Amino acid sequence: MSQTTAPFHTPADLAEALRLLAAHPEAVPVAGGTDLMVAVNYRLTRPAAMLDLTRLAELREWTDEGDAIRIGSGVPYARITAELATVLPGLAAAARTVGSPQIRNRGTLGGNLATASPAGDGHPPLLATGADIEIASARGTRTVPVEAFFTGPKRSVLQPGELITAVTVPKAAGPQQFLKVGTRNAMVIAVCSLAVALDLDARRLGTGIGSAGPTPLTAPDANLIELPWGRTGLFNDALAEEFGRRVAAAARPIDDVRGTAAYRRHALAVCAARALRRVWTAAHGGSGR
Amino acid sequence: MRVEMRVDGEPAAAEIDRPGESLLATLRDRLGLYGTKNACEQGECGSCTVLLDGDPVCACLVATAQCEGREVKTVIGAVPRPVRDAFIACGAVQCGFCTPGLLVSVADLLTREADPSDLQIREALAGNLCRCTGYEKIIDAVHAAAETMAGAVPDQAPARAHLRHDQWIRLAGTPRTAGDSREDAP
Ligand SMILES: Cc1cc2nc3c(=O)[nH]c(=O)nc-3n(C[C@H](O)[C@H](O)[C@H](O)COP(=O)(O)OP(=O)(O)OC[C@H]3O[C@@H](n4cnc5c(N)ncnc54)[C@H](O)[C@@H]3O)c2cc1C
Ligand code: FES
Ligand code: FES
Repeated sequence: MSQTTAPFHTPADLAEALRLLAAHPEAVPVAGGTDLMVAVNYRLTRPAAMLDLTRLAELREWTDEGDAIRIGSGVPYARITAELATVLPGLAAAARTVGSPQIRNRGTLGGNLATASPAGDGHPPLLATGADIEIASARGTRTVPVEAFFTGPKRSVLQPGELITAVTVPKAAGPQQFLKVGTRNAMVIAVCSLAVALDLDARRLGTGIGSAGPTPLTAPDANLIELPWGRTGLFNDALAEEFGRRVAAAARPIDDVRGTAAYRRHALAVCAARALRRVWTAAHGGSGR
Repeated sequence: MRVEMRVDGEPAAAEIDRPGESLLATLRDRLGLYGTKNACEQGECGSCTVLLDGDPVCACLVATAQCEGREVKTVIGAVPRPVRDAFIACGAVQCGFCTPGLLVSVADLLTREADPSDLQIREALAGNLCRCTGYEKIIDAVHAAAETMAGAVPDQAPARAHLRHDQWIRLAGTPRTAGDSREDAP
């Protein structure tokens, strides 16, 4: 066995992983491998060394923190869908649309965030609920609100030597939706996607837009739309459509192989109106379509 | 670097020379296990599906070095006989390239869900592409395998199976010819 030909670090716990990463800055972390290994197989990257995250028990657990769930960055999508659908329905719904069963058995939120693709399906529900990203290095730990995490297409605040350790997501305080537009029902990168979270306690709306801008986005103006909290029966289609317009206006889409900017805006408006009708109806009854 | 794991119930060791070598490459090129197919190397087709500690994964996206001490099951060790027989009997194998991956995914589905609905089958197999069959016969095969594994011989053929249940039981494992199935006749 020669460590020189194939340095592959297999730390047994987080502290060891952070130490190794500080000592070997060239080592590329690998979790599910569903982004990284594609690049390796296609020779887009040739890591001189890799560091395995799949043995770090700390990253592979989630815990109930009272009003939030702290999800280890290495919990695969399949478990998010199976175990957290009741408390985090938006994130669980998004997790269920990722790739295929094989991808969901391996792929993780940590990898999704580190890749920071504008199309990553994990991001809109995290934005809609105001999740926090926990980042650790040998120097210590910091927490970044998800809105401040993405800095550009496939770029984030993550620095060399840092690992994403967990994502803390507030428990749903009302109905949530995740809608994803694609060419088929499985295995699609989103043409655009939208997460909406209705918080009945705080009387607040949250939104997260995917695949329609250089980074995943929120729609602050849409979040502020005035909803008839006092007389829920006054909710109507005009309100839903106004919400759709505001979400579409917040998007900054481009034309690419998956769709045009105009189509993305249109689809987002339709999705947003539909999502708002659904969450409002789920909360208050009535005919949501 | 040497990696030791269990493959299809046996200890297996491979010497790898780059950290990013995939489990798929190791199985085929170092261990000579060609049952696991390579078509896309990007997780899209599922022809490389194996069970890793019991879960179906794309072997092309797993780094071999992540498998130290882990249990890998390929089409050789993961698939109960009735699943293989049902695929042959139902005409779910044409060129056969997708078959090993599909068999592994189906074997996994049937351990979790003994009598899956069409919808559950479609969702479980969404990561396995087949360019030949149009999927209908694969779905028939899953129902047929589920029935055999439940030990119940139904009085009626599975909804869209083009062979009667008793016919495919008889034919299972033997090569089919056109005359084996009446519906195959023009
Ligand atoms: C066929 C296929 C379909 C897909 N479909 C979808 C889809 O529908 N929606 C979607 O959003 N994505 C999809 N993806 C992309 C991918 O599955 C996701 O982005 C997944 O979340 C990546 O997680 P991972 O654990 O596999 O990451 P890895 O590939 O292990 O890592 C990705 C990157 O993140 C870094 N990294 C991983 N974990 C950490 C951590 N904890 N801290 C710091 N850095 C880290 C790695 O160094 C690497 O650079 C698909 C991929 C494939 C192959
Ligand atoms: S070869 Fe692995 S999914 Fe296609
Ligand atoms: S039988 Fe040919 S790809 Fe499925």
